[in-house]
Amino acid sequence: MTTVETAVGTSKTMVLNMGPQHPSTHGVLRVLLELDGENVVTAVPDLGYLHTGIEKSCEDKTYSQAITLTDRMDYLNPLGNNLVYCLAVEKLLGLEVPKRAQYFRVMMVELQRVSSHLVWLGTHALDMGAMSVMLYCFREREEILKIFERFAGQRMMTSYIRIGGLALEPPAGWRELVKRFLDMMPARIDEYEELLTKNRIWHGRLKGVGYLPAETLIAMSTTGPGLRAAGVAFDNRKAFPYSSYEEFDFNVPTRTESDCFARYLVRVQEMRESLKIVRQAMGKITDQGPIKSEAPGIVPPQREKMKTEMEALIYHFKIFTEGFSPPPGEVYVPVESPRGELGCFIASDGSPKPLRVHFRGPSFVNLQALPLMVKGQLIADTVASIGTIDIVLGEVDR
Amino acid sequence: MSEILAKYGFLIVPIIKVAILVFVVLTLDAYLTWLERKVIAHIQARWGPHRVGPHGLLQPLADGIKFILKEDPMPSGVDKKAYFFAPFLTLMLALTSLAVIPFGPDITIFGYTTNFGIADVNLSLLVLFAITALGVYGIALAGWGSNSKYSLLGGLRSSAQMISYELALTLSVVGVLLIAGDLSLKHIVEKQAGDFGLLSWNIVGLSKGGGGFTQIIGCVCFFIAAIAETNRVPFDLAEAESELVAGFHTEYASMKFAMFFIGEYTSMIAVSSLFTILFFGGWLSPFPASWPLTHYLPSIILVPLGLWVVFDGLRYETILGRIILPGLGAVFILLGAGLFLSPVNELIQGPFWFFAKVGAVLFFYIWMRATLPRFRYDQLMGFGWKFLLPVSIANVVLTSAFIMWRMK
Repeated sequence: MTTVETAVGTSKTMVLNMGPQHPSTHGVLRVLLELDGENVVTAVPDLGYLHTGIEKSCEDKTYSQAITLTDRMDYLNPLGNNLVYCLAVEKLLGLEVPKRAQYFRVMMVELQRVSSHLVWLGTHALDMGAMSVMLYCFREREEILKIFERFAGQRMMTSYIRIGGLALEPPAGWRELVKRFLDMMPARIDEYEELLTKNRIWHGRLKGVGYLPAETLIAMSTTGPGLRAAGVAFDNRKAFPYSSYEEFDFNVPTRTESDCFARYLVRVQEMRESLKIVRQAMGKITDQGPIKSEAPGIVPPQREKMKTEMEALIYHFKIFTEGFSPPPGEVYVPVESPRGELGCFIASDGSPKPLRVHFRGPSFVNLQALPLMVKGQLIADTVASIGTIDIVLGEVDR
Repeated sequence: MSEILAKYGFLIVPIIKVAILVFVVLTLDAYLTWLERKVIAHIQARWGPHRVGPHGLLQPLADGIKFILKEDPMPSGVDKKAYFFAPFLTLMLALTSLAVIPFGPDITIFGYTTNFGIADVNLSLLVLFAITALGVYGIALAGWGSNSKYSLLGGLRSSAQMISYELALTLSVVGVLLIAGDLSLKHIVEKQAGDFGLLSWNIVGLSKGGGGFTQIIGCVCFFIAAIAETNRVPFDLAEAESELVAGFHTEYASMKFAMFFIGEYTSMIAVSSLFTILFFGGWLSPFPASWPLTHYLPSIILVPLGLWVVFDGLRYETILGRIILPGLGAVFILLGAGLFLSPVNELIQGPFWFFAKVGAVLFFYIWMRATLPRFRYDQLMGFGWKFLLPVSIANVVLTSAFIMWRMK
């Protein structure tokens, strides 16, 4: 068994060091490939080049401060990270979030899913040599980022979802903004599919590549589109509904081939489903209503009240100086991130700072399957497999 | 003048021609990179180069200066001979291959008749194939000499690729050779002349030699093999950026990298020229000779283009643009006006159509690069052996059968 330390190759094989600086390892993944000609004998992923210590840093922040750290974990899914962390803290506190805020959360997270899949599709197509798709995808992602900017004031590191609700009231005219995007997007997805789905070269590069049976994927704890492409319709939005997902009508796309092409099709279909969810959420959201729960001492009071009520002013001061103290205990909340099951585990000792915060990063867990996927395949297939696992190194290393 | 030419012409004229050709081709290479970046950018909803000079027109110049001034590091442990020789070989072979290409019919200046091209070899097609087939050595040597695993894989891929497409490339032109009965590129073009203009070209085949048998199969096979020959998308496996970083030229920088670059673009021009000559009538006009007005087409295109450039240039944001663009437009207008004059007009017909066709083929190259994903190298080999080769052979059999039937 080749490991990172012993990777030198034999008289018949050569070890190729792919990454951490390589155009298609999607960040700083390092893979050691033991090659026989161009055939991969073994692949050893080596992690840790983007270790940021986010989980550890969370222990030194109050519960509300840690939200900004979660943004930087899976940087293609900051809203999803915010959501899972806030859901965990809310579960710890036993806090109810108003329906209006829940629908907003769903809408934003689904937009985020589309934008994450767009980046995935673009970079994956670029890996396969289809340059233009990447720029088309980023053009549409730009529209989503503009929506985020209007909502949260930030394009990527939004920190929009907060404990007990949302950070800000939605901007004036947000409905037109989102609706314009929803009207535009389906035709754009058709455009990508036109360039790729029926392309013979694209088929040749992806079909039958990176195959793993469903049992192996389950044994490797793979979740998300990778598992659904193997025919297992596991989706946390259906299995363990959170944030009122049970009220939404959407399908979980599955395929049975379990190769790179199936994963591609599943993700493209998921984009269409997400647009459906966003449309439904827009219909459910009322124009008036609270975006934060009423929880003195936990959720910052409204500005209006702060100016008029002594109590509110004191709470505001206390929240931002010493934070709040949830009861001692442990919680685990899973959500469906664009990459699979994103879980958040929080242990509280009753102090204003968490004792331990741990994230189950789907990128990290899904990456386990890579050595099995690429065994016996070509270098070009390795690139395809890394692409369809859809890793974000910020989340792998946390 | 004509006396000197008659006496020393055999010496002076080729030197002048070589100088002009090298200058023109290197300039074309530079602006081909500009065109490629610009066209791909517009396909991808971007602007492309637009900082250096108006519309980025001075970008190639800046690139050239950058290549010359850049540090040229050499990795340790390289095979020095191979490492230094490879870029020279690539560039040399690419430029040499242009020597046998006729860009137009024979011309007579000051009473001295010469061919429009450097060498007029009666086996020019064979010579061209021989030179371009050697081109793979540049890549293989670069891959071997660089002492880098990525380069090595790129070089190996290139060799494997060469074996797969070279046969199909040569077989796909046999149909044309059967029709022309000649290996000289000049004669192949002349055989495509006919009363129907573009219908006489080998792609349709209504010429005297072709007798109505289309070479479209050979044409498609040749084009696919030619892309593989020039290492372009979707067959750019030797440099496959997302897999092999930069493939065979990973370890090259500065002028040595530029040589590979120029070599690639020059061989693109050479192969497009060959494609034009074999299937699209070379320098022949697409219109029947009985339409004399079409001779003024170069002027009819150039003058409005020049006017448009002038008016567009006058509105350009930068002062440099407001000077350069109208100047460029004025040159176009003068050129277009000059082409109305009958001796020049006759002289320019061949090269004009030749370069228009080559330009169209090059545009197609660029278009493909913006659209298609890359093949996997075992797929390319499979494609070459299992599809291109049988189809090319079928084309040879069909063409010969047709010629036999017609001769009866």
